[in-house]
Amino acid sequence: MSTATITSKIAKLQSLITVANLLSALEKTVKAAVLPLTGIVMFLFLWQATASNIVTSLGQFPGPGDVWNQSKILIEEHHAEREKADAFYVRQEVRNAKKLAKNPDAKVKIRPYTGKATYFDQIFTSLYTVAFGFLIATLIAIPLGIACGLSEKVYSAVNPIIQTFKPVSPLAWLPLVTMVVSALYVSDDPYFEKAFLTSAFTVALCCLWPTVVNTIVGVASIDRDLIDVSRVLRLSWPVYIKTIVIPSAIPLIFTGLRLSLATGWMVLIAAEMLAQNPGLGKFIWDEFQNGSSSSLGRIMVAVITIGIIGFILDRLMLALQKRVSWDKQAIFR
Amino acid sequence: MQKNYLEISQVGIEFPTEAEPFRALQNVNLSIQQGEFISLIGHSGCGKSTVLNIIAGLYQATEGGIILEGREVDEPGPDRAVVFQNHALLPWLTVYQNVELAVKCVFKKTKTKAEIREWIEHNLKLVHMDHAMHKRPGEISGGMKQRVGIARCLAMQPKVLLMDEPFGALDALTRAHLQDSLMEIQHRLGNTVVMITHDVDEAVLLSDRIVMMTNGPAASIGEVLDINLQRPRDRLSLAEDPAFNAYRQQVLRFLYEKQKNPAAKPKQVESASKSEPKTDKVSAPEAA
Ligand SMILES: Nc1ncnc2c1ncn2[C@@H]1O[C@H](COP(=O)(O)OP(=O)(O)OP(=O)(O)O)[C@@H](O)[C@H]1O
Ligand SMILES: [Mg+2]
Repeated sequence: MSTATITSKIAKLQSLITVANLLSALEKTVKAAVLPLTGIVMFLFLWQATASNIVTSLGQFPGPGDVWNQSKILIEEHHAEREKADAFYVRQEVRNAKKLAKNPDAKVKIRPYTGKATYFDQIFTSLYTVAFGFLIATLIAIPLGIACGLSEKVYSAVNPIIQTFKPVSPLAWLPLVTMVVSALYVSDDPYFEKAFLTSAFTVALCCLWPTVVNTIVGVASIDRDLIDVSRVLRLSWPVYIKTIVIPSAIPLIFTGLRLSLATGWMVLIAAEMLAQNPGLGKFIWDEFQNGSSSSLGRIMVAVITIGIIGFILDRLMLALQKRVSWDKQAIFR
Repeated sequence: MQKNYLEISQVGIEFPTEAEPFRALQNVNLSIQQGEFISLIGHSGCGKSTVLNIIAGLYQATEGGIILEGREVDEPGPDRAVVFQNHALLPWLTVYQNVELAVKCVFKKTKTKAEIREWIEHNLKLVHMDHAMHKRPGEISGGMKQRVGIARCLAMQPKVLLMDEPFGALDALTRAHLQDSLMEIQHRLGNTVVMITHDVDEAVLLSDRIVMMTNGPAASIGEVLDINLQRPRDRLSLAEDPAFNAYRQQVLRFLYEKQKNPAAKPKQVESASKSEPKTDKVSAPEAA
């Protein structure tokens, strides 16, 4: 055998190996995708089978097909509404241009479009509201958790309050929050809608606790050796908190934040229904009151949207945790 | 050299427990000179770490106290640096940053930025860790972590270096390496060191004096053994040195004959500490 044939054989072998590698990678992806897909398909079948057996006063319970159609309609409605808005602004501009042509000193103004909120506007409102409530909760929960974790005395003082308020349902808070917001937030030109504030505060009150509790546990379980190091070095409080307390507590703080965000998102829908904040909760409520034949399908679209957004929010927090975490080898799930 | 540089005076400690307070130490007395290398040896649970933590100020003695350079010390501080058994490095900081944290605490006012940087690098070189300065503790071996822990303490230029089984978690080979490094550094810098160990060879090799503790509860110092071996010491030639072996024998005899049954004989210990409340010094054997 000449060297040439040997080299060509080796080359062939190598290409075979590459192909084999590619195949095994493909197999892995397929395997990873097969089970979830099977689950989804089976669920859709079950759903369809069950739905066709349930007849409500608003007609047949929507199956996957109806929901698909309704979601397309919602998207179309959104586009239609946007076009109307654009047309409205174009009309105004034309009118203003004419006015100015006649009289250059004329006062012109553009009035905002006040059409009905589309499904996507409502999603955006919900996201904005939950973000606001979650932010307030975080700003209170982390410092409070750190204080309780560091000091036995603060913990003993605050713990009964935490334990009492932790299990309270958002629906119980809502009337109180509504009245307080109406009483205290009085302004002629309010920057925030009252319904928005009511919903956000209710969210904050309910999603405070997981972060507080987890931060306390995280801070209280700092390695004793590290505490001793800080004592030997006589670290000042700010340095101690920044270099030792927060880094050691960060995994549990994030566990808490993720639980909080999930809770907040759940609570938000209920709060919006009752407070009439123009988000997904109000959408569901309005559809329910509407009671048309498409209502159930549209509500089902909202249900799925809420689920998917909740899932995405959790993944976003996870991504943030990965970025912030010092331990790049840690497994996050 | 200053006599009585560090003085442990009549130290006793009781730990509060659910039933009755647990007396861990009683009548511990020791004076240490500047530049001396002291080893604390004794059975597990006798109270070695407790003694070290009291010197460090991490525990408060119930009776007696610690006097360093003529002043009582009762809180932790950077003048008594501690090398912990499990390195106690901050896992989220790099090797360099770990040492930096300590250096900044001590020298923030007296050194410029450039000097601080140089000083950190100098100390990491001393323990041969300058090649891994920007790694995290999770990315280096156990022996390397322990070296960084030592560098962190050396960089603080403490009056006393306290080490709690610094090499306990390491394999024999790494341990020998680090013992040699420590000996060399201590010889060069003249640090005052108090080290806890379970390893008789290590104690004899490194120390100027070995302090042997009786079993708890109410543990105290049983015997103190002066090690008069020439420095610098070389482990290979010492292995065949009769004096070295005689010292080893004495420590072993103390541990396995005089104090052989840890925990079970509180009565005997009590009578022992009553009959000899002061440390009885064992002079170097004639064979040396
Ligand atoms: N914080 C504490 N509270 C109660 N008892 C303690 C405390 N710390 C130590 N002890 C007790 O004091 C005794 C001495 O403990 P210490 O840790 O000093 O032993 P040691 O000699 O260092 O042992 P080892 O060689 O295993 O590290 C033990 O009986 C231990 O149970
Ligand atoms: Mg110990």
